[in-house]
Amino acid sequence: ERSNLAGVRHILLVLSGKGGVGKSTISTELALSLRHSGKKVGILDVDLCGPSIPHMFRVQDNAVHQCDSGWVPVFVDQEKSISLMSIGFLLEKQDDAVVWRGPKKNALIKQFVADVAWGDLDFLIVDTPPGTSDEHISTVEALRPHKPLGAILVTTPQAVSVGDVRRELTFCKKTGLRVLGIVENMSGFVCPHCSECTNIFSKGGGEELAKHAGVPFLGCVPLDPQLSQSLEEGRDFIQEFPKSSAFPALAHIAQQILDSTLQPGS
Amino acid sequence: MAEAVEGPQPKDCPGTSSAQAGRAAACQGCPNQKLCAAGPAAPDPAEAAELRERLRGVKHTVLVLSGKGGVGKSTFSALLAHGLAADEAKQVALLDVDICGPSIPKMMGLEGEQVHQSGSGWSPVYVEENLGVMSVGFLLSSPDDAVIWRGPKKNGLIKQFLRDVDWGEIDYLIIDTPPGTSDEHLSIVQYLSAVHIDGAVIITTPQEVSLQDVRKEINFCHKVKLPIIGVVENMSGFVCPKCKKESQIFPPTTGGAEKMCQNLNVSLLGKVPLDPQIGRSCDKGLSFLSEAPESPATLSYRSIIQRIQEYCDQHHFQGEKTI
Repeated sequence: ERSNLAGVRHILLVLSGKGGVGKSTISTELALSLRHSGKKVGILDVDLCGPSIPHMFRVQDNAVHQCDSGWVPVFVDQEKSISLMSIGFLLEKQDDAVVWRGPKKNALIKQFVADVAWGDLDFLIVDTPPGTSDEHISTVEALRPHKPLGAILVTTPQAVSVGDVRRELTFCKKTGLRVLGIVENMSGFVCPHCSECTNIFSKGGGEELAKHAGVPFLGCVPLDPQLSQSLEEGRDFIQEFPKSSAFPALAHIAQQILDSTLQPGS
Repeated sequence: MAEAVEGPQPKDCPGTSSAQAGRAAACQGCPNQKLCAAGPAAPDPAEAAELRERLRGVKHTVLVLSGKGGVGKSTFSALLAHGLAADEAKQVALLDVDICGPSIPKMMGLEGEQVHQSGSGWSPVYVEENLGVMSVGFLLSSPDDAVIWRGPKKNGLIKQFLRDVDWGEIDYLIIDTPPGTSDEHLSIVQYLSAVHIDGAVIITTPQEVSLQDVRKEINFCHKVKLPIIGVVENMSGFVCPKCKKESQIFPPTTGGAEKMCQNLNVSLLGKVPLDPQIGRSCDKGLSFLSEAPESPATLSYRSIIQRIQEYCDQHHFQGEKTI
């Protein structure tokens, strides 16, 4: 029987270790960028306690249907260029808390990896919760036979964030997951009124970490309220705000991911 | 979905998040029994007595929760600890149960410190004479060490933190948690059922993507009967240091914490604006309240800390809670 992931060309994990640094944001923007490059993309959201992905595409009220090969992912557009799977679609009410201990989370993650009928995709992006625990261990184990392309690690510039991401790098090393690079998110804020740049969450920590750890640095993404607003409203930031300060950084990250598919894995 | 089980739910199902999950008579034969039973049990009477004894000297316990990551739980916990410890007559303890991402040691300027054992148990690491801290961070020998543990092992360490640390007599025990509604949160609530928790302070940022998770956390609190002291809206606006105009970096597109608190009938303890000095102080392990005493953010934090103190004083628990 053909695996549901057989038609997926590249699997990419978005990790951090630290919460609230922009994993789901980067996953979403990366998917949109890749779509604009003509790719078919899926996002698998394995954050079971705090599933943010459905909302970022304004499809949080959609339900999931079954087909012969498993669950049908939720498509965000008519062209079916981006498809999603998240526990968010399985909740009866959006405010329902998923208060599960590890073993039950692990069971659902195995199902998410094996039983979603993705069809043919160029990229499957796996958005994760913060940490190095059940979800991460289970996801990596379940994906291992499918040889993921690797992981992008997201951090904000400050030391407190970088401190957690160092541990995530160790997690990648221990589990044999290739690190495609580090993204330094929320790196500087340009005041829309006077253009003064303030480093609200400090600056440079992500780049330093990449250098220290010997992994590629994929770039700095600045804070942009237009980006936050787009995500809140489930709109396509890449399409609507190509002049935004965050756009070149996000486009560059997507390009490096595309380039990495041409290189042999480490 | 929170209490849904796959397959038919047994009659008298205690609920998947209950202390009796997997262990009640009604669980026999349920396909989920093994999954439910894998979590921490309510402490057995001997264990409960042990925890009660150990935590007998703790007057007030405050949990700092979110649901959403990166909203400022640890930052707030650290500043709450500093704020309360400013009164030298008060003894304050800060327990960090974020096992995968322990930020507290760095924020308290205690990176590299180790835990010492004494005859009476593990000694907390002291920042000031009246402010002690415990975190898994102190048990790791390198900043690159990752704690790659599944739920049951995390639960075990949390129990040890409560049972084996010699906290002594404390006026305030503040517990910083990781994001989510999972093992760590269930464990803390279950192990502390032997003692009294004054309540939870829930941190959020203004955007809907954060509030979504926080509403779930509020539901979690209701489910496990944890009182909610109130909600703090963090990163609430940024004033440009140059032109002094305000920007909403994390826009409250659905009314922010204020609207959510109104809808869910919980207190809004206050709103804290973004200040680049906060991150810098945390990175340096210094108290932002001391580093920038005139900042609008400091004034907000102080007002919120006062409200929490008032809540604890008003709801002072007389005598021991019986299970």
